[in-house]
Amino acid sequence: MSAGLVPITGPSALGGSPRRFLHLAVTLAITDFKLRFFGSALGYFWQLVRPMLLFGVLYVVFTNFVKLGDAVPHYPVVLLANIVLFTFFADGTGAVSSMVDREALVRKIQFPRMAIPVSVVLTAAFNLTLNLCVVAVFALASGVEPRWSWLQAPVLIVLLAILVLGLAMLLSAAYVRFRDVKPIWDVAAQLLFYATPVIYAVETIDVDERIKQGLLLSPLAAILQQFRHAVIDPGAPTAAAAAGGAARLLIPAAILVAIAVGGYLVFDRMAPKIAEEL
Amino acid sequence: MSRAPVVAVDDLAKEFLLPHERVHTLKERALHPFRHRGHDRLRALDGVSFEVAEGEFFGIVGRNGSGKSTLLKCLAGIYRPARGSIRMRGRLSTFIELGVGFNPDLAARDNVLINGIMLGLSPREALRRFDAIIAFAELEEFVDLKLKNYSSGMQVRLAFSVMAQVDADILLIDEVLAVGDAAFQQKCFDVFQRLRDEGRTILFVTHDMAAVSKFCDRAMLLERGSVEAIGDPADIGARYLQRNFEHGEAPPGQDPERIGDRSAEIADAWFEEDGRRATVLRQGTRCAFKARLRFHRPLEDPICSLLIENDQGHPLFAISNEDGGTVTGSHRPGEEAVFSVEFDNVFGPGRLYVTPWMLHDGGAPIIDRRRRMVSVINTAPHRSGGLVDLPAVTRYERAAPVEAPR
Repeated sequence: MSAGLVPITGPSALGGSPRRFLHLAVTLAITDFKLRFFGSALGYFWQLVRPMLLFGVLYVVFTNFVKLGDAVPHYPVVLLANIVLFTFFADGTGAVSSMVDREALVRKIQFPRMAIPVSVVLTAAFNLTLNLCVVAVFALASGVEPRWSWLQAPVLIVLLAILVLGLAMLLSAAYVRFRDVKPIWDVAAQLLFYATPVIYAVETIDVDERIKQGLLLSPLAAILQQFRHAVIDPGAPTAAAAAGGAARLLIPAAILVAIAVGGYLVFDRMAPKIAEEL
Repeated sequence: MSRAPVVAVDDLAKEFLLPHERVHTLKERALHPFRHRGHDRLRALDGVSFEVAEGEFFGIVGRNGSGKSTLLKCLAGIYRPARGSIRMRGRLSTFIELGVGFNPDLAARDNVLINGIMLGLSPREALRRFDAIIAFAELEEFVDLKLKNYSSGMQVRLAFSVMAQVDADILLIDEVLAVGDAAFQQKCFDVFQRLRDEGRTILFVTHDMAAVSKFCDRAMLLERGSVEAIGDPADIGARYLQRNFEHGEAPPGQDPERIGDRSAEIADAWFEEDGRRATVLRQGTRCAFKARLRFHRPLEDPICSLLIENDQGHPLFAISNEDGGTVTGSHRPGEEAVFSVEFDNVFGPGRLYVTPWMLHDGGAPIIDRRRRMVSVINTAPHRSGGLVDLPAVTRYERAAPVEAPR
């Protein structure tokens, strides 16, 4: 009589069909990307211009006034690459309010809830891809030579994406219940910008060695440091060297895993209730 | 049930916690971690069980707050049930709102694809159906126009066309038809009929009883989160209307315009349907008006009479025992009697007022007249607009042309 009936258990983080999950996440991401600079004359161009302008300002300040970059080879390339990577981090973790922003969808249709933060990270990843092309052109023009160690770059970017996705899940799920997560995260992201070697090179700053090594305990800093070593300046210390030994990298690795797993678990737990709590 | 069910719901329950004081910030949590936060438990659904067979058009009706929408959201997988099980067979599409995911800044083309994907199509399927969707909406010329430049009617048409082209086996539809004019609603129902004829199963949540009795095969009445009745749409519709009015306005109080010499009084008056007192009547059934009379002085052949009016004061029906050929006889003080009038209820839907009165034999003076003493709600499956809906037969025949007389 009831053969073939499938139980309906309510919403979840990933839902039943991976294909539908993918379709939704990609569709939402593309739509967002299209709309980001909608109505502006230059369109997608702004997506490139924005980090470039930030780069321009910081470059002028830190080469002419503060002279942070004097001791750093290829400082402009390092600065640009770091800004592009940090922009990806900031855009992706901007998913904090995504569940609430997409309330109309969450309350009206069934879909794997995770598609929403994933779509935000995907949109950020599209931008990152475009921006990295600019970085590559800029690096080659500045005399950075292609090397085999560039192959580390995709691995590092995947690690960064996992970190960003973990935070996106954690923050967006928490924001449904606690609306002050967003202002807190805004401040935290600002702090991270300065606590991470984005505008400076970690080995050149004039602070205690233990503080320098401490900075590298953040997975974001470790990834940026290794990216600089592998892609731009082989003379720069590796993440392991800057942290004071390869064993010390276990700490940022552990933090990365904890954020990714913890973010998933929190989101998974919250997913069935999001529609009711909004 | 002859056919196998495609939707089986068993003992479904859903609760919502409604905190008295919504705690939204970490600070409040941190400062008052142990403060007791009271909350109300709102039982939106409780022990709901039903089955829907393949190809059925199943109506779900109920008053506001009866749990219809919660049920639909549980079926759709938007809420997780607290207890019980929902099982389905086949692909499900939910239409709680038309045009989910529509974005005013994008062209109709993009919106159709996005909406289709939201409703469960793959991008390739959405693309393949695109032309059919636009054709159905009759918007071929406006494909590249941004949605914000569409009129609201065009937007609804577009959204509805996507829905009509989504091929799900089971469709959950929540009063999307509340929007749009009569012609559009008719088009919607034509589509539903077509979908049903193709073997799809439709679960339809609505307030519109006319639609339920016209289109649904079966219907379910929800009341306070429980199933009150499942069955024939016409019966369910009547019960729903009854429910709706029972909780509506209270019947008017005692009449200040009571006149007469009170040698007898109309102590009580009421309507009966199926032998029971009723405050809500159903059109088309036989009902009775009854008045209990109490005599205080000796009376010979008093005349008992009643007048039924609608809420605009139009007299609909008046009758007395003399008109009906009934003799009342002689009465002594302390006696009681019941005057009753039985008739087929052909009145149009709405509130009815009854004014009963008693007269001395010969027509005057008045013994007791209680203006609008009784009020009832008359329900009907549809509103024709007439004061009464007489049992009638319509006929239409082709006639041979009449030859002109020579």
